[in-house]
Order: sequence, then structure tokens, then C-alpha cells
Amino acid sequence: MTGGNLLLLALLILPLVGSMVVAALGANARQAKLVAFGFSIASLALTAVVWFAYSVAEATAGARFQLEFSVPWIPSFGTSFALGIDGIALVMLALIAVLVPIVLGFSWEEKLPEGRTVAGFYALVLSMQGLLVGVFVATDVFLFYVFFEAMLVPMYFMIGRFGGPRRQYAAMKFFLYSLLGGLIMLASVIGLFVVSEEQLGQGTFTWVDLQRMAAGVDESTQIWLFLGFFVAFAIKAPLVPFHTWLPDAGAEAPVGAGVLLVGVLDKVGTFGFLRYCLPLFPLASQRLAPLVLTLAVIGILYGALLAVGQTDLKRFVSYTSIAHFGFIALGIFSFSVPALTGAALYMVNHGISTGMLFIMVGLLIARGGSRLIEDYGGVSTLAPLLAGSFLIASLASLALPGTNSFVSEFLVLVGSYPRQPVFTILGTVGIILAALYALWVYQQTMQGPVRGAAVFAALERRPQAASAGGSTSMVSSAASAGGSTSAGGPGTMLDPAVEAGRDTSWFPDLGRREIAVVTPLIVLIVVLGFFPGPVLDVITPSVTATLNEVGLADPVGGLQ
Amino acid sequence: MTLAQGISAQGISAQGISAQGIEVPPIDYAATLPLLIVLGTACVGVLLEAFLPRQQRWPAQVAVSLVGLGTAALTLGLYAGRASTDGIVTFAGAVAVDRPTLFLWGTLLALGLGSVLLIADRSVEPGGAFLPSAAVRLAAARGGGDGSGHGPKGRDDGDPDSAEARSASTMQTEVFPLFFFALGGMMAFVAANDLLTMFIALEVLSLPLYLMCGLGRRKRLLSQEAAVKYFLLGAFASAFFLYGLALIYGYAGSVRFTAIAAASVGSARSDALLFGGLALLVVGLMFKGSVGPFHTWTPDVYQGAPTPVTAFMATCTKVAAFGAILRVLHVAFGDTRWEWRGVLWAIAIASMVIGAVIGLTQTDVKRLIAYSSVAHAGFLLLGAMAITPAGISSTLFYLLAYGFNTLAVFAVITLVRDADGEASHLSQWAGLAKRSPVVAYTMAFLLLALAGVPLTSGFTAKFAVFAAALADGMLPLVIVALVASAVAAFFYLRVIVLMFFSEPAADGPTVTVPGPFTTVAITLGVLVTLLLGVVPTTALEWAAGGGFVG
Repeated sequence: MTGGNLLLLALLILPLVGSMVVAALGANARQAKLVAFGFSIASLALTAVVWFAYSVAEATAGARFQLEFSVPWIPSFGTSFALGIDGIALVMLALIAVLVPIVLGFSWEEKLPEGRTVAGFYALVLSMQGLLVGVFVATDVFLFYVFFEAMLVPMYFMIGRFGGPRRQYAAMKFFLYSLLGGLIMLASVIGLFVVSEEQLGQGTFTWVDLQRMAAGVDESTQIWLFLGFFVAFAIKAPLVPFHTWLPDAGAEAPVGAGVLLVGVLDKVGTFGFLRYCLPLFPLASQRLAPLVLTLAVIGILYGALLAVGQTDLKRFVSYTSIAHFGFIALGIFSFSVPALTGAALYMVNHGISTGMLFIMVGLLIARGGSRLIEDYGGVSTLAPLLAGSFLIASLASLALPGTNSFVSEFLVLVGSYPRQPVFTILGTVGIILAALYALWVYQQTMQGPVRGAAVFAALERRPQAASAGGSTSMVSSAASAGGSTSAGGPGTMLDPAVEAGRDTSWFPDLGRREIAVVTPLIVLIVVLGFFPGPVLDVITPSVTATLNEVGLADPVGGLQ
Repeated sequence: MTLAQGISAQGISAQGISAQGIEVPPIDYAATLPLLIVLGTACVGVLLEAFLPRQQRWPAQVAVSLVGLGTAALTLGLYAGRASTDGIVTFAGAVAVDRPTLFLWGTLLALGLGSVLLIADRSVEPGGAFLPSAAVRLAAARGGGDGSGHGPKGRDDGDPDSAEARSASTMQTEVFPLFFFALGGMMAFVAANDLLTMFIALEVLSLPLYLMCGLGRRKRLLSQEAAVKYFLLGAFASAFFLYGLALIYGYAGSVRFTAIAAASVGSARSDALLFGGLALLVVGLMFKGSVGPFHTWTPDVYQGAPTPVTAFMATCTKVAAFGAILRVLHVAFGDTRWEWRGVLWAIAIASMVIGAVIGLTQTDVKRLIAYSSVAHAGFLLLGAMAITPAGISSTLFYLLAYGFNTLAVFAVITLVRDADGEASHLSQWAGLAKRSPVVAYTMAFLLLALAGVPLTSGFTAKFAVFAAALADGMLPLVIVALVASAVAAFFYLRVIVLMFFSEPAADGPTVTVPGPFTTVAITLGVLVTLLLGVVPTTALEWAAGGGFVG
């Protein structure tokens, strides 16, 4: 088949073109920002078109992919430039399209390391977007692999050029982990090609053909091929023994890149489980499910426990993500329609809620200049809107009913219980830990009297700070004393609570741009919390198809 | 029966000529014209050196070189367009012109064009990178009696003669005919259809290279040390090759590849001669291809030789050596592969591991690329060991991709300079992106291609080779290769980290704006690297055009 629907091709190319245009505009920062933002909005609009062009009825009737486009690429490798989406890919496309303008808006006035231009950053974000779209729309395994590897490059440069103090280390670690995973996967990709040559007489990478072939491949071959894909996706997702790059990358990445990293890029791993591991290696998936589930549950508990113990806000968000990815993996490898649906929905919801948490953390850090939790306290007195949004993000992260994450977490647990009661019960403990870490951090940073080294430092920096003398000792003593004692010190000290009452401009609340960045996320959290229906409708047919491809009946008996 | 008698007997029986008089065997000139043109250009170059005044030599040599390469490429293209896919054997069976030969000739001519452009460039290094006379002699002439004391102590940039060397305004143009002799030797090497022709071609390609290594204008002692080292080790390797040739002749009674293959299948003789001969032969060939444990000359010579010559050596010699390895393994030893493959497995693993691991510790860009070439040689060997059509085509494609990639890398290396010539120490590359973003991005792209990131030729080539190897039952080797790729990626990334994420040193090197010749060479390399990554179909089809004759 040659040609087809051009919508997905346009969606893939648009951000890449935007990236080049923005890079070419480099000298003019303001113009570059506006153009980049324009391209991201255009992508959002185009994604909306794709959303309405996608037919749930057709998917229910059995069309595995829609809006397909295909041209032969390298015939001797049996690969074609084939695009197409199912419901799961569609909701991921929507997530990307929503997050990118938010990331660009957030980074509008980001302080960059010396000598870097904001245009360079925006160009990288847009190229990242294009490659991520490619990962989700590819229906050819080779093409998927190409995008899967190529997307490392912009993220590598985003972390390495625009990140925090240890950015070189973090960028290198991120790249090497992912490249190693990718190369292991390459072994399986090549193996898949060779197996298809034996089975079908002619090597191919077309997903549909490979899926049809899957039943005829013997189990040991499947297990080897599965493991290659699995390791790559487990590194990307990340599941527990492969996770150590994420806290470093998440902590050192600039906040905008971090949102894309945990929000979308990591989802490629769980998407890979759903799209490649399960349908292409059904026997191996079933055989190895206990192993994956063990890793998933360890991830839920271990990630949550480490999140409780974190002192660095950005690392904290990274560890909460590791716990959440455990839930997603639990849902995927429980092989029931509700659990798989929940996992797919979780991928979207996690992108929104953790993306927002990351952004709130970024906004806090932008004000205080420190990443440590202990450097903040009582921020709600100074910046109520900031604190309120932080609370919403935290609650979404702990899956409070009424927020989006509740729906997905609930579906995962309900769906996985019939087949995997033990793992489900163990995973449930993670919910309690989630409440602990989310509220703990909120309480420490936002509630109580105004305190913390970073808050004092911000007070120091205020323009009208007349009584700057002796401030250094004040800050250090306040930081060491901590808690409420700082407010009740000797009279020579500046009382931040009193200062806060008079004038809080030294620790500003959310500005207009920041409100505009945060509002869509809050709206999505609430709306998807109460009306997940439209998204579930899109996901369910594809999930049912995936489960059929694994060859297992749904233990729950449909989702109502 | 002596060797010579054996060969003539072979030739006579093959051609059916009466024993009384020697007749000239029929020669297919159309097929071998590219080779003849290249060797002819070399001879014209020698004449130009002899008869033209010094000032006119450079323009004349450049013009003759470009015309020679162009004509050779043209005749090659014309012949390839109408030649049968089976290939032909000519020169009394000594030369085989088949599809792999044509592909390799095309690759060699294209890479040779890039190399000759780098060699001819006089804008990056004022006056060109080559100088004739020996360091010590020049120093003696300058310093009178104390000149004899100069030796290795002035080894690096403190050459006693460097001031004078720099003041010599004209370039040593003998390098052009030397280049063409080497290129002609390479073309004969990949087309050789018997071991004796292959040996002669080996010498024709090696001797000029030894000389070219010692012609560096800067760091002359290092350059001459590289030349001597390369010569001594190369001579050893040639001796190994010749000894292997003799043993195989003793076994098969012929040096013709097809005859060796026939003898190895249906013979009751002891295999010791055959495999002993093959082992020695392989040592000679692996040396030229800088594979695995036979690579020890590579870093020193790559570092010491003038960079344009390094570019020529790293690309064209690799292509020639692996072209020959392919032909020997496939035509002469294809049927006995189960006997020798185990040994080559070990060599391939050694090569990949040595290249990737020792590459990690390098601090000089040229040595780094040298170790990278050792690792790549291991990958190439994977393809060469797969005795299938896919094995041939993937190796050929890999050679094309790797050649252009490396050519451009060395071309970029010539541009980063300080007062003492090229600044090849890694620390001097820190913060290059700030000084010259275009050069830094070009280099980053090329390094990512060497690392095998998709959308570059490096990925397509690796994929092709690994797929061929896996299909021929080499799963463990493929896994080792993938792990080695991941390790090697670390040192490519280290350069990128240095260029982009580090602050430049205050007295760091400058980036020379390249003249037209170097610009064309870099652009050629980058374009091919990109195109072979994105739309490799045409090149893959060429590479898969047909098998070896015989």
C-alpha cells in the first residue's frame, strides 16, 4: 500500500518544521518564542482534527489502525514508512499536544545557563515533540525503533545544555542508559526480522504482519525477543532495577524538559509494553508476567518509599513517577480489559498530574532558588494561588477521588485483582504511601509559619530590603532551628510572617502567564476526574483488541 | 614444481594456449579501464614532478588528479551500466570484475576524491600539509655541527626544524602520484582473483602509504616515526601473507581462489597446510584492515600521519582490506567456513572489545577515531563472516557508510588548530560549540553516526551487518557487538559533551575557515552520511547487485 491519509504525516512534520524555523530565528528571542508557541498551538489544533477524524465505531468494528499512511522505505529491510493510530496512541498524541504549549509557556522566562538561547531550547522542544509523535504513530517496528532512538538526541541536548549544575553527568547517564536499552532492543528487532523471514518467507517489519505471525513463533524464541524489547522499555518507563537514571535526569533537566521527560517520553516505555511486548510476543508475555508484576509492585513500594525520603523536590517528583509507572505496569500485565484500560488512561493522567506537579515545583524553585524541600515553609501564606495549585497537583498525584488519577488507579486495581490478587493487594499499600509523601511535602513546604532558607533568601533579595545587616546569621540560624521557632526569635530578627502580612511582593504569587500555564492542567485534572468517558471510549476498543492479540479472555467480563 | 611454473601451468591450462610461445592473454579493457586510468594518472603525476617547475606542479597535479578520478569514475559508471551481473574474469584470470568489485571501485574512487581534496588543500595549513625532507637532516643543515644530536627528544611540537619547515612555502607535490599508486593498488587488491595478484596489489598499495605517512609538515618526528612503524609492521604483515600464500599453494597446487575452493572440498590431503596458510593469510589481511589484535600500529600511525593521509588510510585502506577479506573468505574459503569461523569469532570479539574499551581511555581525537576504527573493523568482520549474499552486500554497504563518515571526521579534525598545527588533544576541544557552532554540530552529527544512532548511515549499516550475521547464526557475536556499540558510544559522547557542555579554555584553539576543497570534502561526507541513513535504498541495491564471480 502506498499513500493514505496525510493527517498523521502532517502532525509529525509540523513540529519538526517548526523546530527548524525557530532555530533559524535564533537571534531574535521574542520572535522565536512566539513562532514556537504558534507552531505548538497549530499542532494542538491539528491533533484536535485527528481526534475527531478517529472513529471509535470503526475501532470497535475491528479496524486495528486508522488514518493510515504508508510508503515503502527500505525494501531490502522490509521496512516501510507506515503511520497509523489506535486509541491508545491517539490519547498519547493528545497528551503531547496539550503539554508542549504548556511547557513552552512555562519556559517563557526561564533562566538559562550563560550563553544559551531560549530559541535553542524551544527548537529542541519542538523537535522532541515531532519525534515523540513519530514514536506513537509508527506502525512499522523499524520506523518505531528509529524514532525511539532518535528522540534521545534532543532530550540529551536539552538536559546537557540547559540543565542544572550536574547536567553533564545526568545527560550522559540518560543517554547511555537509553542507548544501551535501545541496542538490546535492536538485537530483538533484528531477531524479529530474521524470524519473520523464516516464517513468512520474506522479512518484514510491518506491525500487522508481525502480529499475525506471532502465534506461530515458538515460546523460547518469543521469550528472547520479548526480553530485548522489555529491557529497553523497562529502562524507558522506568521499572525498578533500571530506574536510576530518572532521578538524575529529572533533577538536572530544566523543568520544561522534565515535564516532557516524565510526562511523555517515559510513557514510550509503557506504550511499548502495550503495543509491542503484548501483541507481538503473547506467549512470552504470559509466561513472564509474574516477573514483570514483581518488578512493578517493587517499583510501586520502592518508588513511594524513596519519594517519602527525598530532600530534593525534583528528585521527589521523579520517584513518585517511578511508583506510578509501577501501577501502569501492574495494569498492563494483569491482562484484563479494565486493568489495561486503566493503565492506558493512567498514562495520560500521569502525564497531566505529574507534569503539573513538576511545573509547580519548578515555579517554587524559580522563586526560592533552591531545590531542597527543607528550604521552604509556609509558602501558602505568601503565595496562596501557588500553594493551592501545588495542593491540587499533589492530590492528583495521590489519586484522590475527584481527580483524574483516581479513575485510572481504581480501574487498574479493580481490573488486576481477579487475576493477580496478591500483587494487587501489595500494590494497594502504595496508595497509602502516596498519600504520605504527597501530603508530607505539601505540609512541609506550604503550611505552617513562613520559614526556610530559600524563603529567607528571597526576602533578602527583595528590592526594598533596608535592614539587610546581620541577615546571614539570621538565615543560617533560622534554617538550622527550622519549624516555628524561627518566627519567635529575638527582636533583632526580621519576622517573615510579619513581613508577609505587609507586602509579599518579594515572594510573588502566580503571575498571569503562570496562571495561564497552570489553569488548563487543573481543568483537565478535574474534568477527567469526573468525566473520563470520552477518553475511555477511545481507549477501550484498542485495549480489547490488544487483549485478543494476547489470546486471553477478559476475567472481569467487560467494563461498564 | 616451482611456484612460477605452477602459475604458468595454471594460466596455460586455463587459456588453452600452446606451450611453445607466450601469447598475450585477452584483456577486457572496458572492464578494467578505471584501474588502468588510475595507474596511468599516477604515471602522469610522476612525469609532471620530473618536468614541471616547482611553482606549476601543484595546480597541474590537482588538475590531473581530478581529471583522472573523474574519468575513472565515468568509465566505471558506463561499464557498470551495461555489464552483466555475473561479472567477468580477465588478465588470464588474475583480475575479477564483478558487482562487488565495481561497488568497491566506486567507493574507492569516491573516497579517493574526498581524500585528494583534503591532500590538495592549501588554505587550512598554509602551503599544504606536506613537506619533503627528513627532520633530522633539515635540522642538521640549519644547526651545523650540533644537528646530529637532535632525535627523539624534540619529539612532539618542539621539532628543531619546525620553524624552517613552516617557512618552506611550497607543498610536496609528490604526494599526488604516491596517492594514485596507492589507490590503484587498492583497486587491484579488491579485484584480485588469485593470491599472487593480491599480494602484488598489497605491496603496490602499501609502499606509497608508508612514504605518505612521513611527509607531515608539522610534528615531523612523530610523522616519521609513524612511517617507520607502519613500514616495519607492514613488512611483517606482508611476510605473513606471503608465507600463508606459499602454504596454501602447497595444499591446493594453485593460487587461484576458485581452485583453492575446489581443492579444499574434494581433497584427501591434510588440512593443516590449508588452515595454517589461511591463518597466516588472515593475519596479513587483518593487519591492513586494522582488525582486533593486529591493530597496534593503527593509533600511532593515525596520530602521526598528516591528517589528510590519515583520512585516506582510514577510509580507502579499510575498504580495500575488507574487500579482499570478503573475496578470500567467500570465494576461496566459503565451503570450509565451519572450520575457520571459530577463530574469526575470537578475532571479531577481540577487535570490538579492544576498540571499544581502549577507546575509552584516549585523550587524543585522532587516536580515539583510530580505536573507533578498530571497533568498526570488528563489526565489519561480522558481515564478512556471514557467507551469504546478505553478508556481502551488508559489508559493502558498511564500508561505503563508514568510509564517508570517517573521511568527514578527519576533515573536521584538520580544521581545529592552534599555533602548533592541529589541536588534537581532547581538552582543546572543550567548548568548541561556542567558538564555532557549525563545526561542532557537524562533528556531533558525524560522531552520532559513528555511534550508530538512527537516521544516520551508521545505523543503517550496523543494522544491515547485524541482520546478515544473525541470519547466519551468529547471535552471540551480535550481542557482543551491540554491547560494544554501547560502550563505544560513551567515548563519542564524551567528545560531544566536551564540545557542547564545557566552557572553552582561554587559550584554546581556533577553528580555521576551510577552503573550498576541504569544504567540499566535509559536505560530501556529511551528505552521504545523512542520505545513507534516511534513503539508503539505492546504495543497498547497488551493494546487493550480484555476488563474486567464480
